[in-house]
Order: sequence, then C-alpha cells, then structure tokens
Amino acid sequence: MKIALLSALNAERAKRSAAVLVTDLDSGEQRLVKAGQLRKDPLADALHEQLRLGKSGTVEEQGRQYFITVQSPPVRILVIGAVHISQALAPMAKLLDFDVAIVDPRTAFASPERFAKVALHAVWPDAYLEQNPLDRYSALVALTHDPKIDDVALSAALKAECFYIGALGSKRTHAKRVERLKEAGFSEAQIARISAPIGMDIGASTPAEIALATLAQLIAALRKTDAVPAKTRVSAAR
Amino acid sequence: MVASECDILAKAEEWAKENRGVALATVIETWGSAPRPVGSHLIIDENGSFLGSVSGGCVEGEVVTEAMDVIETGKSKMLEFGVADESAWRVGLSCGGRIKVYVEKLD
Repeated sequence: MKIALLSALNAERAKRSAAVLVTDLDSGEQRLVKAGQLRKDPLADALHEQLRLGKSGTVEEQGRQYFITVQSPPVRILVIGAVHISQALAPMAKLLDFDVAIVDPRTAFASPERFAKVALHAVWPDAYLEQNPLDRYSALVALTHDPKIDDVALSAALKAECFYIGALGSKRTHAKRVERLKEAGFSEAQIARISAPIGMDIGASTPAEIALATLAQLIAALRKTDAVPAKTRVSAAR
Repeated sequence: MVASECDILAKAEEWAKENRGVALATVIETWGSAPRPVGSHLIIDENGSFLGSVSGGCVEGEVVTEAMDVIETGKSKMLEFGVADESAWRVGLSCGGRIKVYVEKLD
C-alpha cells in the first residue's frame, strides 16, 4: 500500500468520516473511497453494503476478487451523569477501546477526584452537544434520571440516530419519560429505540454490574446483525 | 491502548514515516472458528517488531517471517493457515478454523 493512501485513510478517521479501501487481490491495485464518493465507484452497491454493516470483507465482481477494508469512525460513548455507575463504566469502556466522555452540570458530581483520566465536562448537555454533536457511531448513556439533564441529550441522540441509546430509571420513570418525548414530537418507534431500564438483563445490582450490563447491551447493538435480513449479509464478513 | 484496527493503521503510518520498512498483514477471509475477524491487522517492521494480531497468537510468528520477506522484495503475498494446510503441524490454528492473510509492503 502507498503510504499516501494510508495517510489519507487515517485522516478520514481523524475527521470521524467513514471510508473504504478497495484492494484488487489479483493486481494489488488499491483505491480509497470516501463515504461521500461511494455512488460514483464501480463497486458502489457492494461498498455501500459493507459500510452499512461496518465490516470488512471480500467481494467478487466480474471474476475479480476485491478486499474491502471498512473504516467506520471510532465508537464514542457519551455518558450523561457523573454518577456512581459512570465511575465504573468509564474504565470498563476504555478497556473496550471506546472513547468516553462524561457530562454533568452538577459540579459536586463532576469532580476530577471522582473521575481520574476521563474526559469530564461539568457543563449542561446542550452546551456540550453544540460543540460535540452525536452521530450514528455514537452511543448515549443517560444516567441522571433527572429530566432537566437527561432529556435534551436523549432527544439529540434520537435525532442523530445513535446506534445505542440507554436510559437509567425504573419503569415508572421511563413511562413519564416516554410521555415527555411524545409531547416533544417523537414517534413511538423512535422512542422504542431507547433501552430502558438500561442494560442487558443479568440481574445487575451494584453500580459496576449495571455498568457491565449497559456495556454488554451497547456491544450487542453494535455487533449483532439480527436486524439485518439474512439475504443481504455478506458471507465473508462474519 | 493500541488495540483497535484503526489505531494499528495509525501506528503503521507513524512507523513508515520513521523510514522503517513496514508490512501490513490483513485477515482477508475466515472459515469455521477463527480467532480474529476479517479485517484484523498485524503490522510488522523490518526488524520483526510487530503490533496487532491476525490470530490468537497461533500463526503470528509465521506471518512475521513472511512479512520480512515482503518488506525486502516489495511483493505482496497471500498466506493461508488452517488444519487442512500442510503446515498444520508447524503452524496452524488449534481452533480448527482456517484463515487467509494478505501481506503487503507500505511504500
């Protein structure tokens, strides 16, 4: 591979833009296709499918084999609430290679003593989101169960189609949340994208266990392709 | 932590810009139970230093050796590993899977 091509690929990643690298496995020829230029490429359909799945794989076109290296932007987790669960969740998420940011306007919670080595922002979610908008490669974990703090972020996550949206709170708390979001104009299908009560059902009870259950659910949303019709799956990209 | 595939590609660029000979190995295909998914990378420099993985440590040694040859000749190689492979007794995947690895030089 040409170093210039690798640099271009890495630069796309730094910008949080998706891109694919196409390698002709017979000739060794390579080209970089940025997400915005996908349509013009001769392999457009195949590239689009690989990118949608977020998986690299081999495709065959007119007897030639091409390897598609998919580069999706790194996964980011935005945690609303510098609470006890977040203290456990942040180091676990780091270990899993996710970028984590914690936002909580309550300075008593969002104190550096409670959160070492984590991107911690003691600001309101709307102020943070203005500078750092969410996207499809972001997850939102809302943990304050305070509507004043959580709701703005939840709305933003629904609009940005975050791949995972979880919200802490009992069934009653969530029922009220659903009402508020309906009033704000979200459809039932949209609201159903919120995992609440948060986390995979493993009977989690301590803050660290809830953090683990939440990350497990988040990873399932990222990796499992159940939602994808079987016939459109690409065999090489398991 | 350097663990994600993209971090490894960033590291490869860094190595190449230090004028080290660098090869990039990529898992192209897997059959059966393979330890690392398609698209996983291993980068190797001319001294045999490496980062990342293409298996759970089963075939990295062989890939590194082949990669050093690729760095020298500049010619890409397609490697295949698995129990069905003749080299199974030497290097192979104990999990019973098979993998195909593409090794190319950064130039």
